Amino acid sequence: MAQIIGLPKLSPTMEEGVLVRWVKQEGDAVEPGDLIAEVETDKANMDFALEDEGVLLKLLVEAGATVRLGAPVLILGEAGEDITELLAEAQAQLGGGGAPAPAAPEPAKAEAPTASAPAPKAQAPAKAQAPAKAAASSGGRLLASPLAKTLAIELGIDLRTIEGTGPSGRIVERDVRAIADKAAAPQAQETSQAPSQTALAVIPPGPLSVPGDSGEYVDKPLTNIRRTIAERLTAAKRDIPHFRLTTSFEAGPLLAFRKRLNELMGGKGKVTVNDLLIKGIALALRRVPDANVAFMGDSIRYFTQVHVGVAVALERGLMTPVVRNADLKGLGVISSEVKDLVGRAKDRKLKAHEITGSTFTISNLGMFGIDHFDAIINPPEGAILAVGRIVKQPIIDDDGKIGLGQRMSMTMSCDHRVIDGAVGARFLDELVELLESPESLAL
Amino acid sequence: MSSITCDLCVIGSGPGGYVAAIRAAQRGLSVVCVEREELGGICLNWGCIPTKALLRSAEVLETCQRADEFGITVENVGFDFDAIIKRSRGISAKISKGVAYLLKKNKIQHVKGTGKLAGAGMVKVTGDDGEQTITAKDIIVATGARARSLPGIEVDGDRIIAYREALTLKNRPDSLIILGAGAIGVEFASFYRSLGTEVTIIEYQDRLVPNEDAEISAELLRAYKKRGIKIKTSFGVTGATTSESGVSVQIEPAGGGEAQTLEADKLLVSVGITGNVENLGLEDVGIDVERGFMKVGPDLRTCVDGIWGIGDVTGGIALAHVASAEAVYVAETIAGHHAEPVDYSTVPACTYCHPEIASVGLSEEAAKTEGIAIKVGRFPFGPLGKTMAAGEYPGFAKFIWREDNGALVGAHLIGPAVTDLIAEPTLAKSTEVNAESLINTIHAHPTFAEALKEAAEDAYGLAIHK
Repeated sequence: MAQIIGLPKLSPTMEEGVLVRWVKQEGDAVEPGDLIAEVETDKANMDFALEDEGVLLKLLVEAGATVRLGAPVLILGEAGEDITELLAEAQAQLGGGGAPAPAAPEPAKAEAPTASAPAPKAQAPAKAQAPAKAAASSGGRLLASPLAKTLAIELGIDLRTIEGTGPSGRIVERDVRAIADKAAAPQAQETSQAPSQTALAVIPPGPLSVPGDSGEYVDKPLTNIRRTIAERLTAAKRDIPHFRLTTSFEAGPLLAFRKRLNELMGGKGKVTVNDLLIKGIALALRRVPDANVAFMGDSIRYFTQVHVGVAVALERGLMTPVVRNADLKGLGVISSEVKDLVGRAKDRKLKAHEITGSTFTISNLGMFGIDHFDAIINPPEGAILAVGRIVKQPIIDDDGKIGLGQRMSMTMSCDHRVIDGAVGARFLDELVELLESPESLAL
Repeated sequence: MSSITCDLCVIGSGPGGYVAAIRAAQRGLSVVCVEREELGGICLNWGCIPTKALLRSAEVLETCQRADEFGITVENVGFDFDAIIKRSRGISAKISKGVAYLLKKNKIQHVKGTGKLAGAGMVKVTGDDGEQTITAKDIIVATGARARSLPGIEVDGDRIIAYREALTLKNRPDSLIILGAGAIGVEFASFYRSLGTEVTIIEYQDRLVPNEDAEISAELLRAYKKRGIKIKTSFGVTGATTSESGVSVQIEPAGGGEAQTLEADKLLVSVGITGNVENLGLEDVGIDVERGFMKVGPDLRTCVDGIWGIGDVTGGIALAHVASAEAVYVAETIAGHHAEPVDYSTVPACTYCHPEIASVGLSEEAAKTEGIAIKVGRFPFGPLGKTMAAGEYPGFAKFIWREDNGALVGAHLIGPAVTDLIAEPTLAKSTEVNAESLINTIHAHPTFAEALKEAAEDAYGLAIHK
């Protein structure tokens, strides 16, 4: 029996999608898993496949249309079925605008990320609107550059499934490469169990791990977390104009304060220097809200809350659990929360919301004996603070006397699109003031 | 003081400026073009075109001198230097008039005078008719460039000259030292050598035409030595002094060593160009000038909204056709049309010395530096029937393909008609024709273009005639 099929949820956060392209046409018979259309979601271009078999009796939206989640997009049934009633129902839903259709079928199951990205993906900049083009074939002849054809054979891509962006819709090298890149991408998106069949006939990949015959090397396939790290950090390093500000402060009072705190706690937990830094950062961000920002493409987002991400090195990669509202929490609470988060990060038991939403990140390699370093910004945040170890060194005080200092160095990497040098400097200034008078952290 | 309001004001009317003006007008914009000198800029008046006219005269002379090779009797072969120069100037004037006609046809107002930016959307023009203010939504700066010199060498226009003077000398110099072996240097060397001038080229780098593939430089060196042109590569110039009788030039090996002094009637300085950025008001409106060129972004916008820069003044690839391509891109963008940004990797470059040189894409060295695995093929023009019949200098064609997919990395030609032949590899590069396709393309026989097909095949060991 014919049924209306609604737009499924193709990414965990999607609310609507742009139907980029119908892969199947009206009248086509489809089998479960067949790719029906390509849909642009808030995350990426996703493949829309059906779980049922039947004939596409009616396509209800045109390519290019924006469709709300669950809104009817096609009618599936058996050839020759009368769909007048369903059509009317679907049109009513579409025409009614707004409320998602109750008749929407169960969306493709999508689970929240479990042990994935350190933070939400930065919103991809709006894709340049390519002029709508007919498939790059005319009269059965495929319009593609010779190089594109060679590449397609090499990469095992079916040119008939590609839309060309060259003159008159000609398929050129970049189109083939884009598809090849996209084919690699879904493996990186562990957020969706949407059908993974892509718009190409990919030659089955060879074994990913082929130890050299001579034993010279071993190639290990990327884990999902490693792949995500590679993608995100490459994008961050490439797209964000980083600049760095380095300063150091006298950590003696901070160490003394920590000692006193731990005495007071009397064995019930231990506050670390890192916990104090988290609190310091949170309070400094309150004092300099201009540093608690994110670049959003065509706007600047000013966060009204302070959530500090804490970079944690794990065997399998880097994760960034988040201490929410760190400015409002006491040092004891922060300390136990960080301990809990790090522990569960190691056990892969963090929930999605615990690794997303940070507005600023701290990365501390002091315990590894690093003096100072700079870190890559964790997008979409505006800055990250890289902290080194405490070093004993001679210092000259205001009276010109040489004394023993315990210096801790910090380097702030800023996204220059939203944080200027002066703002970064003001933030560091406030942070140093807080850390050098650590009692203020308890206020 | 009168004032004009328009959509677009273009400062400069060279191959950047006039093309931008015409395309914008075709797209329905009202356009004013400001030019203080002849329409058409350096290209038409002092560059590409008049030099080609001179070189053609040289070619005719050489052909006449060799006429007996072809079984032709030509007696009393000689030349009238003044007439050669006049012909060259006449051609420039004619083409400049052609530009005037095109501007008029497209209803573009030509304002004669010197334009100066006076804030966003405003240009002040000072000319013979006084001062005018042009208010425009967009402004394109296309003022071009001029010859630069080296410290200690002052172009006086008499003994020490640049390309402008070299195009309009009163008499043929008996001896000429040319400083710089780029396109301009080797073209004038070719022309004056054909007329019998003793020519010496000095180049700081270790080869002629240093921007070309090293094998092309080596072939040109052979050809020029055969023509009796003296070559001093890896030499720097430390100074030049002029006298009644000529100019003496002090040179020193680039790697250090004994200094030498060369004497000649004239010294032609062709060491590069510097942008025409002065008195343009760039600094006043906040546009930076870096190393003598106007700073623009990759999309040819400046940091001031509505002000754009194209062509030589921006310090990019100093070629007329690049300026024109940039002009079309910017004009289309201003007019709200979609335009593909200029693809600088597919720009052909031509040098009209004898033998001619033409290239597109990367040299073999550059490809290796970029870590591209390549296949290289070469084929000489010499064995071709067309070359033998024409009695032309042989030279060769060289193709560089990507090893993995046969994409064209670069093509380098030296020999007969190569400045026209380069259109084929250029089209191949811009439309992604790879080795297989080019090899499968039938090339007419007998033509010079056969060498291209054979060179392409040679990379795969498939050249029939090699």
